Amino acid sequence: MMNRSGIFKKTLSSLPLFLLFAGCWLLAAVFMNGCGTQGAQAPQAQAAGKKIIIWHWMTDREEAFQELAKRYEAKTGVKVVLELYAPSDAYSQKVRAAAQARALPDIYGLLGEKRDFAAFIKAGHVANLTGAMEAQGAAWKNLLYEKALAVNEFKADNPYGVEPGIYGVPIDVMNIQMVYNKKLFQKAGLDPERPPKDWAEFVADCQKLKEAGIQGLVSGWGEIWMIDCLASNFAFNIMGPEKVLATIRGEVPYTDPDWVKVFSLFKEMADRGMLASGIVTMVNKSAEQNFANERSAFAFNGSWCVNVYHGMNPSLEYGVMLPPKVNLKNPMYIWGGAGSSLLVNDRSLVKEEAIAFLKWLTATEQQAYLSETTRNLPSNRKVSGSIPAILADFSKGMDNVTHPNIWPVNELPKVIERFDKGIQSIIIGEKTPEGLAEELAKLKAEEMAKKGNQ
Amino acid sequence: MGFHLAEKIKQCYNALHNATPKQKVVGTVLLLAALETVFLFFHDSAVFWILAYGLVTLALIFLVLANIIKKSLAAFFFVVPALAIFSIFYIYPFFKVLQLSQHAWDGISPKMVFVGLSNFVEIMKDKIWWVSMRNAGYITLIALTFQNALALALALACDRQIRAKNFYRVIFFIPPVLSEVVVGLIWRWIYDGDYGFLNYTLNLLGLHQLTHNWLSDPNTALTCVAIIHSWKGFGWGFMILLAGLQTIPKELYEAARVDGANVWQSFKNVTIPLMIPVFVLVMILTILGSMQAFVLILSMTGGGPGYHTEVPVTRILASMQGSSMFGYACAQGLTFGVILMMVSFAQMGISRKLKQA
Repeated sequence: MMNRSGIFKKTLSSLPLFLLFAGCWLLAAVFMNGCGTQGAQAPQAQAAGKKIIIWHWMTDREEAFQELAKRYEAKTGVKVVLELYAPSDAYSQKVRAAAQARALPDIYGLLGEKRDFAAFIKAGHVANLTGAMEAQGAAWKNLLYEKALAVNEFKADNPYGVEPGIYGVPIDVMNIQMVYNKKLFQKAGLDPERPPKDWAEFVADCQKLKEAGIQGLVSGWGEIWMIDCLASNFAFNIMGPEKVLATIRGEVPYTDPDWVKVFSLFKEMADRGMLASGIVTMVNKSAEQNFANERSAFAFNGSWCVNVYHGMNPSLEYGVMLPPKVNLKNPMYIWGGAGSSLLVNDRSLVKEEAIAFLKWLTATEQQAYLSETTRNLPSNRKVSGSIPAILADFSKGMDNVTHPNIWPVNELPKVIERFDKGIQSIIIGEKTPEGLAEELAKLKAEEMAKKGNQ
Repeated sequence: MGFHLAEKIKQCYNALHNATPKQKVVGTVLLLAALETVFLFFHDSAVFWILAYGLVTLALIFLVLANIIKKSLAAFFFVVPALAIFSIFYIYPFFKVLQLSQHAWDGISPKMVFVGLSNFVEIMKDKIWWVSMRNAGYITLIALTFQNALALALALACDRQIRAKNFYRVIFFIPPVLSEVVVGLIWRWIYDGDYGFLNYTLNLLGLHQLTHNWLSDPNTALTCVAIIHSWKGFGWGFMILLAGLQTIPKELYEAARVDGANVWQSFKNVTIPLMIPVFVLVMILTILGSMQAFVLILSMTGGGPGYHTEVPVTRILASMQGSSMFGYACAQGLTFGVILMMVSFAQMGISRKLKQA
């Protein structure tokens, strides 16, 4: 058995070892603290090597992008490495994690709202492209659709405190409208060349379709932003943009009769059986399958659906229409603008090369190739003449587009979620339009007060 | 003096080692409170990290000294690499979450705004959060009863000398090894209101009145998800319970039979008492697994309709990704972790009492 002094001596003789270990531990603590907030960015590309790394989430465009990367390397000697990360949720998380670690690639896309975009800019993750856009008499800027650029632009009076400028390059444009199945229209005795223009016609057509055993409207309303989109379309039509924005600013309560009317439209659709079964938990991919397989006569979907439907059912006969007007005096606004945009990392070592690549990517020849192979609306104005007929129909809606990312104010996240989930609850018969309006007004007041206190 | 210190360390070590679950809960709460106090004073400086890691360092020095006293220093150093990994991948993230939980931060901006405990106060008032806790509790309840009863019944069946029992073991273990996303998507198709296999079968059986859209109906959505969660998870319980059953000496059953015990009496007086530690393990794993159910829900309902299938993890994701409220999401994560820890400790306490009884 060890005696008292033996234990003590052994303890003392091991102390330097502990101290060394403890020192290393504390150094690690300080180091990790530094890594979390102040870490320097690992260079993603060596300027000497002329390699540009791009992260994207667009599975349907991967092949076309790879082809264009090859062409660019052959032309300039600059190697473009495309890294695809899908699905978009996973991609989004990867971009956020990389931003926190300051390990973003040279070019990347950002999926999120305007406030996320602003946060990325303020954190120094996005290069201001205004100079490049405005160079040579704004040649690059003038080549691109104004509304597509607007999504990537921060005006002088933006509420996010971002330095004014253009921070992203749209590589295609999109808008979200309604499509209808011409064959099912015929089957129900409706004119396939005359889709409904207003709410009354839409209700009447859905009634006829129902009588013929055909489901009415399908959409991915399990993804709540799609509910938000249609509700916002109706709101803009019923009360006009100013009143919607006034509501967001907190000047008009959600209990206003116009808002109750917006919510009532969803109740009416549910009560009259105008919606596809299971719509409230349906993701948009399932909704697209539903429409492509001719199970529903109408779909609320974005212009990207042209490529999706072509892949699912090449013989699908369908037309494009604006969502039905409720207030005939006001125009029907739809969400649209830049479909996918790419941003340049402000810390990239090959920033100039990255900007040059994006300029080349949005040039007429490359945009025509992308539009043809991926069936998306090009962001380049000069390509519009050579796009397929159905895409051309979608492009007609570009005159009516708006988007939360170009509004001067945006609704608070908790209110948006409750708004969308509340409409789901109206559809399943759990809430009334008036009840939801009350709930939103209360929540809005609470959140505004909280925001004021912060 | 040296001996006195060594004795004290030894006493502390033994006291920690032999602490009851209740003492462990109190100790953990006190430790968290101490950390929180430190944090409130030094939240925005490196001092927090130095203090936090200083605490860990002190704990390690304490362990080293205790091991020297117990003459097992060499064994301790074998553990050091694991401790280093644990420190980087568990302790650092924990402190980081603790730090973030007291800030308003969008996950990207370089500046975080210190808000103290207001995120936690907000959670207490967040009705949707508590709805999600209730939903997770319901899924856990179904798993504890339906899933574990099924697992036990099948384990008992396979413990007997039946034909092809290895084949059944493999079959029962297939659901747990399947991807949750795949399971969710397949079952979403089965539950589909128009083209689903379940409604098709009900129609074939003439039960038209029962057909409806299972996942979009607020009355059935959560139960449907809970049943699939149980179906997917019963294989784990089955394997653990079967392993437990096989450790019970057969002589005990023979002795019981000689004493005139019937099957039920053998089960009640031999199987159940000897299986209590295994039951506790399965129950703890079921609770932890079910409360954290997430992927299945995301792929089947996305938390809808409304908030009917929202669970805490989907709420954390919604705060983090949907609303860019990283600080709030971290506070939700911590609150959820503390609740799970309390449940686990409570269950360990109950099992200890059951064993004593």
